[in-house]
Amino acid sequence: MRRFDKRVAIGVAIIGVICLVWLGVTGALIGASLSESEREAVRNAVGARGVLLVVMWAVSLVVVGAVLSRLVAYFMTAPARLAEEAQVLLGTDVKRQLVPTGSIENRRLTDLFNQLVQQRESLRDEMDVRVAEAAHNTEQEKNRLAALMSELTKSVVVCNLDGRILLYNNRARMQFRKLSQAPGAIGGTELIGLGRSVYGVFDRKLVAHALENIQHRLQRGAAAPSAQFITTTPSGQLLRAQMAPVRSPQEGNELPKMTGFVLMLDNITREFEAQARQDSILHTLTERSRAALANMQAALDVLEYPDLEPDMHERLLKVLREETAGLGTRLREIKSSAVDGTVLRWPLEDMLGADLVAAAIRRIETIDNLSAVAEQVDDSLWLKVESFSLLQALSYLAERLKQECVITTLQLRLGMGDGRAQLDLCWQPSADKATTEVIPGWETDPMRSGGEDTSLTIQDVVERHGGAFWFGRDPDSGTVFFRFLLPLAAPQEQLETASMVRNESRPEYYDFDLFQSSAQTRSLEDSKLSELSFTVFDTETTGLDPANGDEIIQIAAVRIVNGKLLRHESFDQFVDPKRNIPEHTIPIHGITPDMVKGQPTIDKVLPAFHQFTQDTVLVAHNAAFDMRCLQVKEKVTGLVFDNPVMDTLLLSAVVHPNQESHRLEAITERFNINILGRHTALGDSMATAEVFLRLIPLLAEKGIFTLGQAREAAQKTYYARLKY
Amino acid sequence: MTKTVLIADDEPNILISLEFLMKREGYRVLLAHDGQEACDLIMTERPDLLLLDVMMPKKTGFDVCHEVRAHADFKDTPILLLTAKGRDTDVAKGLAMGANAYMIKPFSTKELVQKVREMLGAAV
Repeated sequence: MRRFDKRVAIGVAIIGVICLVWLGVTGALIGASLSESEREAVRNAVGARGVLLVVMWAVSLVVVGAVLSRLVAYFMTAPARLAEEAQVLLGTDVKRQLVPTGSIENRRLTDLFNQLVQQRESLRDEMDVRVAEAAHNTEQEKNRLAALMSELTKSVVVCNLDGRILLYNNRARMQFRKLSQAPGAIGGTELIGLGRSVYGVFDRKLVAHALENIQHRLQRGAAAPSAQFITTTPSGQLLRAQMAPVRSPQEGNELPKMTGFVLMLDNITREFEAQARQDSILHTLTERSRAALANMQAALDVLEYPDLEPDMHERLLKVLREETAGLGTRLREIKSSAVDGTVLRWPLEDMLGADLVAAAIRRIETIDNLSAVAEQVDDSLWLKVESFSLLQALSYLAERLKQECVITTLQLRLGMGDGRAQLDLCWQPSADKATTEVIPGWETDPMRSGGEDTSLTIQDVVERHGGAFWFGRDPDSGTVFFRFLLPLAAPQEQLETASMVRNESRPEYYDFDLFQSSAQTRSLEDSKLSELSFTVFDTETTGLDPANGDEIIQIAAVRIVNGKLLRHESFDQFVDPKRNIPEHTIPIHGITPDMVKGQPTIDKVLPAFHQFTQDTVLVAHNAAFDMRCLQVKEKVTGLVFDNPVMDTLLLSAVVHPNQESHRLEAITERFNINILGRHTALGDSMATAEVFLRLIPLLAEKGIFTLGQAREAAQKTYYARLKY
Repeated sequence: MTKTVLIADDEPNILISLEFLMKREGYRVLLAHDGQEACDLIMTERPDLLLLDVMMPKKTGFDVCHEVRAHADFKDTPILLLTAKGRDTDVAKGLAMGANAYMIKPFSTKELVQKVREMLGAAV
């Protein structure tokens, strides 16, 4: 049965009233033209049949109603229905043919709609096929890249511009493990991991310097800008890093921007040691042999003089015998100190001299009360330098000049001399200070620059360049200077400017969506929970009173980055508590005294754990207790865990205020999470992490999105008042 | 007037020959076995020419050069550096430090004698 249409009723009523009025007006007109007697006759004739009139009027209305409702259905309802159905087709993915109804025009419209829908569907199908193909290709490329990276014998680490690790290969993981100073199997996990900062391993300034070099080259349009540097790690290993930029797709005529960088790492500690040994042997051999030969030759020359006294003759022969014997011994020594032939030189990079001077000036000007200007800089000179240490040397000298000779302005000079570049740091000596007095020793003192000590000396820097360094004075002007003799490079890179970067010559790279994770510039409080990195951890202890001698016997942790639980980047370490483990606690944690015997002590484990948690929010179940355990160790280890802390117990209470229990077992049951190894630190960490991941969307439903909001909500819960 | 030549080297084996050669040329010879001894002798004996080894204990030949040149009395005293360090950067540094000439070991004694003769002649 079709719904009764109000429009029909209104239409019928209007027509009925119009008919009535029309009839009335007609009757009145007729009545006015009749005489009184005629009117009387009409009244008599019609009066009794008035009911018939009304009935006929009603009947006519029924007919009108029927016609109207047909017309409405035909001309109004059908297009309206068509509009509704088209709306459905437009708004959803429903595929169906519309049934033509109503007027001929409406039927034609319906047909057109049907054709449009069909066209849309076939386009969609076509697109789906293409998307699937593209996805397949991308997947294949990803796999190829992954295979390539895992097969590479070099360590590869990909970072965004903030130095966060976006990608690394297994080789890099192994290498970082070797670099780690942390004991046992946990080594390395605190250094490498998705989202971690590479500055845990590399000097931030060194990386920044290399990046700046690359940027300059990019701006100049070099085709293959990359930089190399060598760095020592905190554990004393020597790493050679090659850095290449990851570029954004080119837009218009703009040069591509850097969005990140790839580091390829080689551990060259051993090679370098061997090389250094070889170098020193060769060096000694040459110099000593030269000296010995000089002694022999001089003796031989003198022996030829006829006026030689017998005593002198004998002394000279002795010289000859001694020196030949000495030479022989040295040669034997070299043979025995088997030196392999690996050749490694400190990598020197080509750099435009003027760029180096500009960089040096920028650096010197960061020192308070010091200014520097370029003076007589030969713009055409290309140097072969290790710019980082060289700049360090210049700023160290500047700082010492400021402190010991009260110098406030310096000039930098760059020129050619005898096939080498001369880089001078000049100043006007003040009258009351004898500058020459302070010079000895500057060359061999460990450099200190920007408040940081380095183990390098000026002499080392000079050695790296195979150069020379001295203090000099211009005879005319009285200007004094430190001079570096530096190797020159062929001015080659300028040519590359001509071959501007073209699309096809740019390296391909793979979009892993990870580059979008940009700097967390907003303060952590305002950061979304779904975007933060977390360390979910758990400790097992000898008892519940850390303040009064209960000790940690196991720490485990896992990481959550980008909303994903990184199971393979876990931390799990037994700790020797250096005390007994109470018998009654063993069934709870399952850790027996022999399991912790000989394990590292807490002062060895906490530094690694501290680094593991760096730049993350700490998460634990009943965090107050675990935090207390860490805090009582603050004095011994000097390590403060000042990361923001989240407690899954409190968050669970926020989300489910009506539940009675917020023990980890109860929550995991509620969320249907399987725990492997309950009451082992790692098992509990995993479970807590799973719980935490499920809590995040539930918190969002309550309008809790940021760390700050979550902390505030947690504090309000009753459990926040629990204190250990 | 007899010229005085100071020879500074820490290797006795070269001193024997050099001493003989210089004496044979008719010079008065002073011997020093390290840089400090050389400096002291220069101040007291005022030699006319210095033959300096670069690698010496206490003070290197570069240091001695620098010190001598900084002293007004000796700024024209000829200095001949003798060294086993043979890199061109070392030569550049030696000359910058004020040496007049530079000979790399091993050298020909004839050339050395010739050089000393020239330098002393020029200094007169």
